[in-house]
Amino acid sequence: MIIPAQYYLTISAVLFTLGMVGVLVRRNALVIFMSIELMLNSVNLTFVTFARQLAAIEGQVAVFFVVVIAAVEVVVGLAIIIAIFRTRSTVDIDDVDLLRG
Amino acid sequence: MVAAAGALAGGVGVIASRTPVRSALSLLLVLGNLAVMYLLLSAQFIAALQVIVYAGAIVVLFLFVIMLLHMRTGEGRVEKLRWQRPVSYVLSGVFLSALLWAIWTGTGTQVATSPAGFGTVESVGRSLFTTFLLPFEIASVVLLVGIIAAVVVGRPVVPPSARAHLPPPE
Repeated sequence: MIIPAQYYLTISAVLFTLGMVGVLVRRNALVIFMSIELMLNSVNLTFVTFARQLAAIEGQVAVFFVVVIAAVEVVVGLAIIIAIFRTRSTVDIDDVDLLRG
Repeated sequence: MVAAAGALAGGVGVIASRTPVRSALSLLLVLGNLAVMYLLLSAQFIAALQVIVYAGAIVVLFLFVIMLLHMRTGEGRVEKLRWQRPVSYVLSGVFLSALLWAIWTGTGTQVATSPAGFGTVESVGRSLFTTFLLPFEIASVVLLVGIIAAVVVGRPVVPPSARAHLPPPE
């Protein structure tokens, strides 16, 4: 039995929206990072779905690169969060508004 | 279906839990269920990659950072941008309905029959080392840049030689 691609795409859309709500609503920088990971993963699911649908391996290669870049992004981002926490002793992004002017 | 329900429940858990540790564990739930879905979509290599890199490395990194910053990782009670929350709910709802409309009214393509060995390490690796060789090498350079950047950003502001003259932190 093959599940139609629409169901996978629906799950991907809902996960992406959940990640978007997380980025917009939450103020903890760590939780915002996890929401970004959620969005990246939903896009990965879309890539894999269409790779299966079109029998094209390039979709899975794209997922490989997304995973690599996501790993780098998490490492650098968490280092920045730790640096901010050292100087401001907070991870609430509404308190870090130095660029506000 | 079970994997889908688990993934969606985990996604809600990521954004709705109060403590960051629970968010990280919900993220782990999402990632595991997505790995199951990748297996269903005949992407064995991606499923293994998901479990090793995401669940094995990224979530552990998140947990380490939560552990390092354990004192004040909660959110303050005072909300500075009060209009932000309802507006983001409304706009996200609009976005989700647009996506679902596009998915369910679009003309679906016929599922192509995948060749034998589709999605195995061999087929993905063959594509990576022939067609996508240059992006693959650039990805390794990006990883190196990320390592160096993490070390530079995470370095203490005061060099260790000058720290002996400072009073100890309270």
